[in-house]
Amino acid sequence: MTTTPAPTRAETEAMIAEVLGQYPTKAAKFRTKHIKANDPEGSKECEVKSNIKSRPGVMTIRGCSYAGSKGVVWGPVKDLVTISHGPVGCGQYSWATRRNYAHGHLGVNNFTAMQITTDFQEKDIVFGGDAKLETVLDEIVELFPLAKGVSIQSECPIGLIGDDIEAVAKKSAKKHDIPVIPVRCEGFRGVSQSLGHHIANDAVRDHVLGTGGGTFEQTDYDVALIGDYNIGGDAWASRRILEEMGLRVIAQWSGDGTLNEMKSTHLSKLNLIHCYRSMNYICTTMEERFGTPWTEFNFFGPSKIVSSMRKIAEFFDDEIKAKTEAAIARYQVRFDEITKAFRPRLEGKRVMLAIGGLRPRHTIGAYEDLGMEVVGTGYEFAHKDDYTRTYSMLKEGTLLYDDPNSFELEEFAKHLKPDLMGAGVKEKYVFHKMGIPFRQMHSWDYSGPYHGVDGFAVFARDMDIAINSPAWDLLEAPWSKAGEVA
Amino acid sequence: MTTTPEHTSAVPLRVLDHNDIFRDEVYQKQFEGKREFEDAAPKEEVQRVLDWTRGWEYREKNFAREGLTVNPAKACQPLGAVLAALGFEGTMPLVHGSQGCVAYFRSHFARHFKEPVPAASTSMTEDAAVFGGINNLVEAMENITALYKPKHIAVSTTCMAEVIGEDLFAYIGAAREQEVIAQDFPVSYAHTPSFVGSHITGYDVMLKGILEMLAKSPDADASKVAKSDKVRLNVIPGFDTYVGNHREYKRILELMGVDPLILGDHSSSLDSPADGEYFLYPGGTPLAQGALAKFSRASLVLQESTLRRTAEYIQKDWKQDTIVLETPLGVKGTDAFLTAVAKVADVEVPAELTAERGRLVDAITDSHAYVHGKRVALAGDPDLVIALTRFVLELGMIPVHIVSTNADPTFKARMEKVLSASKFGAEATVWPEKDLWHLRSLVFTEPVDLLIGSMQLKYISREANVPLVRVGFPIFDRHHLHRFPIIGYAGGLQLLTQLVNTILDEMDRTAPDHSFDAVR
Repeated sequence: MTTTPAPTRAETEAMIAEVLGQYPTKAAKFRTKHIKANDPEGSKECEVKSNIKSRPGVMTIRGCSYAGSKGVVWGPVKDLVTISHGPVGCGQYSWATRRNYAHGHLGVNNFTAMQITTDFQEKDIVFGGDAKLETVLDEIVELFPLAKGVSIQSECPIGLIGDDIEAVAKKSAKKHDIPVIPVRCEGFRGVSQSLGHHIANDAVRDHVLGTGGGTFEQTDYDVALIGDYNIGGDAWASRRILEEMGLRVIAQWSGDGTLNEMKSTHLSKLNLIHCYRSMNYICTTMEERFGTPWTEFNFFGPSKIVSSMRKIAEFFDDEIKAKTEAAIARYQVRFDEITKAFRPRLEGKRVMLAIGGLRPRHTIGAYEDLGMEVVGTGYEFAHKDDYTRTYSMLKEGTLLYDDPNSFELEEFAKHLKPDLMGAGVKEKYVFHKMGIPFRQMHSWDYSGPYHGVDGFAVFARDMDIAINSPAWDLLEAPWSKAGEVA
Repeated sequence: MTTTPEHTSAVPLRVLDHNDIFRDEVYQKQFEGKREFEDAAPKEEVQRVLDWTRGWEYREKNFAREGLTVNPAKACQPLGAVLAALGFEGTMPLVHGSQGCVAYFRSHFARHFKEPVPAASTSMTEDAAVFGGINNLVEAMENITALYKPKHIAVSTTCMAEVIGEDLFAYIGAAREQEVIAQDFPVSYAHTPSFVGSHITGYDVMLKGILEMLAKSPDADASKVAKSDKVRLNVIPGFDTYVGNHREYKRILELMGVDPLILGDHSSSLDSPADGEYFLYPGGTPLAQGALAKFSRASLVLQESTLRRTAEYIQKDWKQDTIVLETPLGVKGTDAFLTAVAKVADVEVPAELTAERGRLVDAITDSHAYVHGKRVALAGDPDLVIALTRFVLELGMIPVHIVSTNADPTFKARMEKVLSASKFGAEATVWPEKDLWHLRSLVFTEPVDLLIGSMQLKYISREANVPLVRVGFPIFDRHHLHRFPIIGYAGGLQLLTQLVNTILDEMDRTAPDHSFDAVR
């Protein structure tokens, strides 16, 4: 394996210019703002623009507002029925694919891995779908009696045909005496999944937050785990650490979460947010409305886990701090075992990432703990505040790209020749053809958890599986002339 | 303890992942503790409701649904349009409307085919919803041309574009006027509202759009037809996600001395080699050949429900012999296909194919005792389900529940024709437009031995403890099935192998020790 030295800022800028040179003038002008060589100081000239419309036709990897609301925030709440309101496709394509694990029996007291839809037909578009929605809500209550409520996730047509889902929801909620939450997350709103997160948070704020309590006794150590979607069991692995620190997790948002947990979260003494991008809104709201402090943390990899545990413990008394230190000491044995096994196999390997709104920065430490280096990273749907959190984590000259598309990722990979690419399923097979090891970093490639101590072992193992598979040695046929295969 | 040290260098540490790690006592306690905050229903109540959902009373309520759809076995039109586009050389599918749809189509197909799926969006947002998306479409064409250099762009629509009434024809004209694409650059289009029909409808209208465009192109010139002593036949597989099928159609027709032209051949575009280089457009029906399709002797249309509009177009506009057949699955299905080919092309069925037929029949005789009388439930696209039903009847299996969420009005009659041709078909009930939540009720109230359908049936399979033979689309959770054919005699053998071995696996799994036989 050849090791390529890290490019300087000037070299990275030259590479960016070369790639952007292939764009038409108009699109090049826009894309220039989104791709930069990193300056750890976060200087103005290196600032990455974000949360701006994707250019048509470039094959953006972004999704939509509905994906952000239904797929990310609301879908994982297990005891609510989530309706994909509109035509059949959206709910079909997002059915069970995000791997938000949850306990409970599907269709009885767990409605996560199901596709429940109003399946709009032409007549619903022409005459409006409110009557059908009302019928559907009645039928849900009858067929799923243990559902604690319903959320209505709007697909594109809803906002275009003038349906009044708020009125239907209100009427139905009253009739059935359960929360029915209308969410205006039509896919054409905003520029990516991100607005969907925001709209979803606002719907939680308006319909759920602060409406519960009284189902359990409170303690001084009550915390809420926010922005963990329990992909492959992430939230469970994170919760384990928090419990071993002596804290009590009273709510999980929203992986394996329940309506009651969301309703009771205002009783939390501290909100702990993992995915800042998708749930910072609700933390701010709770701070304003209930005075609940919140803090960001990172449970990817030993360095960040340890520093995050200490940061969280600072909010509590000496007993928690002592338990935290004891836990760290125990974990260190495991961390050493894992890094001893995997680091020699991964040392010096170079990684390119293109993920959603958190992991392009949050996983950097975990890679570094294994001796790997992130040489290019960027977000699908980040905002400015995500980039300001990113610059200082990377070396000068590291490639940063916002809303990277298929063309750019392929071109940059050809230049940077990473040993590992981490992105989504749409990107995965492109890199397999190119002979570049790949891990899906949205779904954990059907593995996981990656959070927490237990998750780090799986993370390290999976990166090793990807990079050190003998499959990559098979690409070239023995009779292919050198140079003929790129 | 979550890991045990290993001393081999290939696996330096045995790591437990989500499959095992949460069995640990620490986690079991955590899960139990979490219930305090969930305000969850008591376990007995959950059990009571669970049992109730599996009974006849629930079945009746479930079938009385008028608005609600739960776990449907269908997707939306533009998904099909993307697949149709990927069946043609150098073609970039472009879907006009919201961009999230395209992200979904690409991931949906990528999960099934385990392949890259190029497709672009015009990325319309709120402003385009108000003012129309003409600028989006024009810029999309410009960017696609510069970055992805296609030979042809196939435009379809999302429901957003359809609701606001976008005029694709005019917009494509504008792109030419504004010179972002050349006057003669091939662009085809189809309106594919997702609130009408399903993915198979979208496949149909996009394929028709592409064929219409090609038939009017300068390449559609009879003098360009290569002189050959072989009869050329068009083969139209339809929304067929088995890339092995495309290759098998070609192989069969070539063995028969016919020159096959597959219209919508995504066998290379969605099954390309890994050799160190990525090609955006690794295959597809050559555009120049597609343009000559109207000069072929006949078209074989192999999905009746799916390809209705395409078939009608070929018959009316090309005035071509249009032979609509049930998808050739199994012995009789393939017999009918070969007979039709032999007749229209005036060729003989070669000994090699007759021998293949014999081998399939031989294999069926070997396995018949295990499949005979097995009660099955089937679900999927209408054309596939009809063909599969005919095949399982040949094997002496008993279809009990037949569900097709996206069935059209012809489905029931066609299915009943198939069922009435066999005494094994007498028990079957046919459920057009029902979903997989209906199927769940059917399976619990009237149990079966085997499920046949997409991976979406895996939830019923696990819950009802009935093995699932994965056939159809999507199959996300098993690898490579789609790379092998299921059509023709060779495909029949493939299906038979899956069916009988699933039954034998189940028999071994559940056998008492004394009956755990060495020979089956």
